[in-house]
Amino acid sequence: MSVGSGSRNHKPNSLLRKNIMSRDVVILGAGMHPWGKWGKNFVEYGVHAARAALKDAGIKWQDIEFVAGGATMRNGYPGYVAGATFSQALGWQGNEIMTCYAACATGSQALAAARAKIQAGQCEVALVVGADTTPKGFLAPQKGERPDDPDWVRFRLGITNPTYFSLYAQRRKDVYGATDEDFAAIKVKNAEHGFSNEYARYRKKFTIEEVLASPMVASPLRLFEICATSDGGAAVVVASKEYADRLGSQRQIKIGGISTVSPKFASADVEMPDIATDSAAASDAYSFRASIAQKAYEEAGIGPEDVSLAEVYDLSSAMELDWYEYIGLCAQGEAEKLLRDGDTRIGGRVPVNASGGLACFGEAVPAQALAQVCELTMQLRGEAGDRQVKDANVGVTGNQGLFGHGSSVVLQR
Amino acid sequence: MSSSEISNGVNEALPVIEGWFTMDKADAHLIGSQCTRCQTYFFPGKVTFCRNPTCEGDTFDAVPLSREGTIWSYTDAQYKPPEPYVAADPFEPYAIAAVELAKERMIILGQLAKGITVDDVTTGMQVELQLQTLFSKDGQDYVSWVWQPKS
Ligand SMILES: [Zn+2]
Repeated sequence: MSVGSGSRNHKPNSLLRKNIMSRDVVILGAGMHPWGKWGKNFVEYGVHAARAALKDAGIKWQDIEFVAGGATMRNGYPGYVAGATFSQALGWQGNEIMTCYAACATGSQALAAARAKIQAGQCEVALVVGADTTPKGFLAPQKGERPDDPDWVRFRLGITNPTYFSLYAQRRKDVYGATDEDFAAIKVKNAEHGFSNEYARYRKKFTIEEVLASPMVASPLRLFEICATSDGGAAVVVASKEYADRLGSQRQIKIGGISTVSPKFASADVEMPDIATDSAAASDAYSFRASIAQKAYEEAGIGPEDVSLAEVYDLSSAMELDWYEYIGLCAQGEAEKLLRDGDTRIGGRVPVNASGGLACFGEAVPAQALAQVCELTMQLRGEAGDRQVKDANVGVTGNQGLFGHGSSVVLQR
Repeated sequence: MSSSEISNGVNEALPVIEGWFTMDKADAHLIGSQCTRCQTYFFPGKVTFCRNPTCEGDTFDAVPLSREGTIWSYTDAQYKPPEPYVAADPFEPYAIAAVELAKERMIILGQLAKGITVDDVTTGMQVELQLQTLFSKDGQDYVSWVWQPKS
């Protein structure tokens, strides 16, 4: 099946006249709670991260006018109204609140909401928070017989999250000549990157042999190549550039662009949790994933060639290779070469997952896209310590949430 | 074509999901929907409004989907999935394929037939649809579609 490029191909429409986004929005502060399996309430992680971000920004909680909370689906009602839950825990002070959920893309959507509020002139400074407490093992669907829910159906048929990861991994092997050693090398690289990251859950170096000796979960992917679920929390303080300048902030990082695009019909990607792709019998086939970063690049007025470093969603080791192509670091089929040439390790041309990625973090769903933004913020400021990427000027995140949620953020020094 | 059709070999067996495929063991088909206006296929077939954004269709024909296709990719499950999967005890690993149907221009996932491992298949291989017992619960067999490499 031939698949269209990621081009959005919006038809000219005289009714659509986009306002020029003249108001720059910046990251003023970033904060995280270390990832792990701490077994505490998610609110603790969120408040810890929020306080760290406020301290980093050099402002008080009472200065915040708007809180965008990333919802968590596994922690009862407080999780569904996370914006209010975090605000109450920090101490009610009359700020406006909103909560959103977009699976793994939750953090980007919350960030986009805060940015829009600032761009619209409705506030000057906002707090974005995501945190989660996760159960052990496979992420399983809610209980009950729900044959109309695709997530329930696919588990009924024996199709788990690793199934999807491995279908893509196997296809890379058969079509592009990826090897098991390539997949293991991603894990080895990310483990080295995250080794000194105080926020990472797994800080242990691996050899390729050790990764290849771990049990096969879903051929060709092994246990050490599939991301775990973690507890964690991340927060950023965002503000108008005018606010940051008035504050005298010397460490502000510009939000160049945010993409929260959804797919276009006929989506040809095999997508969790669906059992089938769209039919392209009467439409052009379209690759959603290749379109995600493109909108963020367009907003920032840059291209992938301008990127100094990237944080992408390595739900599996092999998936990181797909992301090299989705975000345009190389052409389709060339990701293995990029990896083998050492381009994506720290010290290489365009380091990917300098934080250690999901390989070192495990996934804390509503916090993860924000954790990517926190890492880029530290890197662009030159505050990333042992894992600092040299001359980091432009960073991009790439991520995708279940049920068609694109997520990409461009940050610029 | 009714999903309550029972043929020999799967007597009394029930489909794991009602209405997704025929129970005719000799000529098994997935049942999709086809928009009467733009001809787009949908699987699963339960659709009220056409999801092609350029089409306002809201009537659909139930159609049998191609029962032969090409492996787009494949994998297996070496560990027991969580509920609602009903696993044999002890757990038996199984293989899975994503299969591209040429006429419908879509990819559909499913288990590979029992006994087929990832070493037996490759991307681009031709497979055909069969019915097979997926699990038994309280003495009742539940049947699903599986992909069988063509000999
Ligand atoms: Zn239609």
